[in-house]
Amino acid sequence: MDYLDAVKVLQGIPIFASLEPSKLKLLAFASEYLTFEDGEALFHVGDPADCVYLIEDGKAGAYGEKDGREVLVAELGRHQVFGEMAIFRNTTRIATIRAHGKLDVVRIDGNMFLELVTHNPEAALGVMRELSEKIARAMEDYEEMEGRVRTLQSVSDIAGGVDEPS
Amino acid sequence: MARAEPAVPGARVSPVAEEVAMETSIFRYIIRHSGRQQVFLLALTLVSFPFLYYSLDLPKIIINEAIGGRDFPKALLGREVEQIEYLLILCFVFLALVLINGCFKYFLNVYRGQLGERMLRRLRYLLFSRVLRFPLPHFRRMSQGEVISMITAEVEPLGGFIGDAMALPAFQGGTLLTILAFMFVQDWVLGCSAVVLYPLQMYLIPRLQKRINALAKQRVRTVRQLSQRIGETVSGIQEVHAHDTSELELADISDRLGTIYTIRYDIYRRKFLIKFINNFIAFVTPFFFFSIGGYLVINESLTLGALVAVLAAYKDLSGPWKELLRYYQMKEDARIKYEQLVDQFQPAGMLDEALQRPEPDGVAALEGTLVATNLTLEEDGGMKVIDGATFTVEVAARTAIVGPGGAGRSALSQLLARLLMPSAGSIRIGDHGLGGLHEAVTGRRLAYVGDNASLFSGSVRDNLFYGLKHRPTRPADYDQEGQLRRQAFVHEAAASGNTESDLGADWIDYEAAGVPGPEELVERAIEVLGAVELEADIYELGLLGTIDPSAEPELAGRILDARAVLRDRLKDPAMASLVEPFDRDRYAVNTTVAENLLFGTPIGESFDLEHLGENSYVRSVLDRTGLTGIFQAMGLKLAGIMVELFMDLPPDHEYFERFSFIGADALPEFQNLHRKAEAGGAGQLEEGERNMLLSLPFKLIPARHRLGLIDADFQQRILDARRVFAGGLPSDLADSVAFFDQDSYNGATTLQDNILFGKLVYGRQQSRQEVGRLIGEVVDTLGLRRRILELGLDSAVGIGGSRLPAAQRQKLAIARCLLKRPDILIVDGATASLDPAAQQTIMDNVFRDLAGRGVVWVLNRAEEAQRFERVIVMDGGKVVEQGSYADLNRPGKTFHGLAAVD
Repeated sequence: MDYLDAVKVLQGIPIFASLEPSKLKLLAFASEYLTFEDGEALFHVGDPADCVYLIEDGKAGAYGEKDGREVLVAELGRHQVFGEMAIFRNTTRIATIRAHGKLDVVRIDGNMFLELVTHNPEAALGVMRELSEKIARAMEDYEEMEGRVRTLQSVSDIAGGVDEPS
Repeated sequence: MARAEPAVPGARVSPVAEEVAMETSIFRYIIRHSGRQQVFLLALTLVSFPFLYYSLDLPKIIINEAIGGRDFPKALLGREVEQIEYLLILCFVFLALVLINGCFKYFLNVYRGQLGERMLRRLRYLLFSRVLRFPLPHFRRMSQGEVISMITAEVEPLGGFIGDAMALPAFQGGTLLTILAFMFVQDWVLGCSAVVLYPLQMYLIPRLQKRINALAKQRVRTVRQLSQRIGETVSGIQEVHAHDTSELELADISDRLGTIYTIRYDIYRRKFLIKFINNFIAFVTPFFFFSIGGYLVINESLTLGALVAVLAAYKDLSGPWKELLRYYQMKEDARIKYEQLVDQFQPAGMLDEALQRPEPDGVAALEGTLVATNLTLEEDGGMKVIDGATFTVEVAARTAIVGPGGAGRSALSQLLARLLMPSAGSIRIGDHGLGGLHEAVTGRRLAYVGDNASLFSGSVRDNLFYGLKHRPTRPADYDQEGQLRRQAFVHEAAASGNTESDLGADWIDYEAAGVPGPEELVERAIEVLGAVELEADIYELGLLGTIDPSAEPELAGRILDARAVLRDRLKDPAMASLVEPFDRDRYAVNTTVAENLLFGTPIGESFDLEHLGENSYVRSVLDRTGLTGIFQAMGLKLAGIMVELFMDLPPDHEYFERFSFIGADALPEFQNLHRKAEAGGAGQLEEGERNMLLSLPFKLIPARHRLGLIDADFQQRILDARRVFAGGLPSDLADSVAFFDQDSYNGATTLQDNILFGKLVYGRQQSRQEVGRLIGEVVDTLGLRRRILELGLDSAVGIGGSRLPAAQRQKLAIARCLLKRPDILIVDGATASLDPAAQQTIMDNVFRDLAGRGVVWVLNRAEEAQRFERVIVMDGGKVVEQGSYADLNRPGKTFHGLAAVD
């Protein structure tokens, strides 16, 4: 992918959509274009965060850790951006990302990303919109999950079964 | 502190004949160290006088007797000579006298110069040797800048003065007296009138000079403070930037410069006032000659000829008189400078020279019990940092010093290392009082490493072995010429009272390190590096080093073997995608266009990436392969892109450095150029502008810069150009590039690049790490690690070790101590900059390496004390508890509280 193709992709992503074209080009020019093999990790839980990724092509899995084992939490697809939360919050990675099949990504420098989206009010608004979206989605997921738990509970109550899941 | 020691090796030192305190005045110093030479100079000056006198007298004889004379032939040396012959003889005598005078002058000047330089060397050496014996707290009052300025700049003029100290007044004074005598012989009244104003001058000038002296003293002080301030600013430069205080710093310097200016201006005014008075008096005297002399001539009590002669003589008189006055000023200046130096270099509590300089007969091991009695360390203000500390520890035990911050832990450890001398109380180790021990004992049997250990510029190896270099142990091997040079050096060193120890000799005390020789020492050094977890870093340094393949053909050959093995390993498909090997017939997309064209590493400036487009040979290659036009078009596109991306960034933005092909300075120029070409086509550009564009495409790395500018056709053309470039390379440029060649070692690049013989692939996140691991495997397979480590040992650490990160510096400093195999290693917060895991590991390793020897460790966390056999608990400068961890870690104990806080 050439940097101009990357610019086009970025323009279609809410966080970046409102950046000036020259800034988007700078972002695309300064970024690295990386390839990962199936199963290869982009980063691990607890790694320091210094970049944001854009999936150019392929799929990736986000894994959490449970009892020392990796558990798939979500799957990410073409033209999705991830890793920006840790940059905003200035924390370490909260998930491990692995390639599902061959994966091409654009690795955007974390500092440049922050500088560009925070120095531009329009872009900052885009970021807020995107984050609100994420929170809303999370809330929905949560409510749905709660609903399911309630259903499960009532089912188990009906079955007169155990309180503790085995 | 007890000095009267039983006769044990190391405590017994031969008395030093010379040097107790510095001489108080410069003349005493001169007489003490160059008395004989000064007498010789004086004598020689006196001997030269008759010749000088005759050479002045002869012209008169030539004119009066040879040219203007009558009654020839004359009798000369029992022979009759005619007038012409007589004239010629006198002329040749005159010539001979001129020559003899010249020789005298030359010899005297050289001798004076040599004497002055030797005395300067001696003085600098003396001052530096005293710095080495200053008590450590003194360096809080005297800054590095001051010491440097004193030893380098301030003593410099003293050397010049010392050569002149005796001979100049003797010579000029003698001349003056001779001329005065001549005048008095002519007429005593005129003689008196020539000197009548001298008393006035002799009264006035010292008075004026006194004020100048005071100013000069002040000047020396302020300049010294200036250099101290400059030194401080340079070492604190980060703070200046981080706090935007450049204006404040400038104001500070301006203020100091202003003070210096005022002082200097004042000095100038007064100096020239003295000059004015001297000149005035010099011209007032003729007034007396004209009036009094004229009166005498008119009254016929003096002949006109005599008056003219006296006037001429007076003219000669002013030269020496001026010289004497100048000498007086110079002397005053030198006197003040010297006194101020002496003042600064005699701090109280200096280490006795006998405890440092002469090599003792033997160095006894420290063993038994260490007993500190009523140990007290008082600071300048009377604050007691250590207050009556009394404790006992076994030398060969592991002792922890714990306590809250400010408890005096660090000061105590420095007292134990004898870096500080106690104000009261004593430390005894076995039979020895620590205070009376020679530095050969404290510096070899004890080892101390603090929290900010110093490294010295040189290699890792130099720093590692620094603690083993006390005296030359094996003389250097010199050839005939070297031997002569060495003899000359020794002769001169002796003449200036400097040490004759040969810097070129082998200084390493192998015995102290417990090894028979250099080979085994390296082995041991690597072991020690392992113990402080520094081995991997040194290996990395080695990989990034370069070697000269012609000097080390064997190693170069083995690196080529490693290259072959690695290439084999890279056939593994998982690894193959991480490296793009160099191939003469293929375009490498993971490196620059420049490197693809050169297909080699540039050496020196000619093919430097920044200026490649300006090189005429490169341009001719581009022309011949039809690339010039393509490069210009590509350069124009790149210029457009760079202008668009970077134009509205501030010029000092880091992205210029990191990403832009064009520096911030040049960007506007390229912007104009681009605009011009956009408007009227590339044809509008002038040749200079087109050439500017040529340099841009060289920086392109297709795999890195996804600009879509490099297609298959371009790559093919570059491959053609690569062949043309190599084929027609003129002989004068042959040394400017080291070509990539599968079968030969490239001395211009690193060991790692030579093994890799290719480029890490952009676009693979793990390539660096994975390939690094693979190279490590190959290196181990071929048994090369040891050689690479040795290369790492040879890499430079930079000034003060600045090229190594702080943690590595600390580790190196600990390793340096381990290598000495001390009886007691004192670790004073030396591992504080390391992460906790590394601290633990290093502590374990140090214990293992020094098994059976003593370790005293100042701990920040009391909990760690459980790994020590004895714990000393400090609080407020006092030892509040001592005992084993188990004894102390009980409720009610101070230690228990400290450990609980952790």
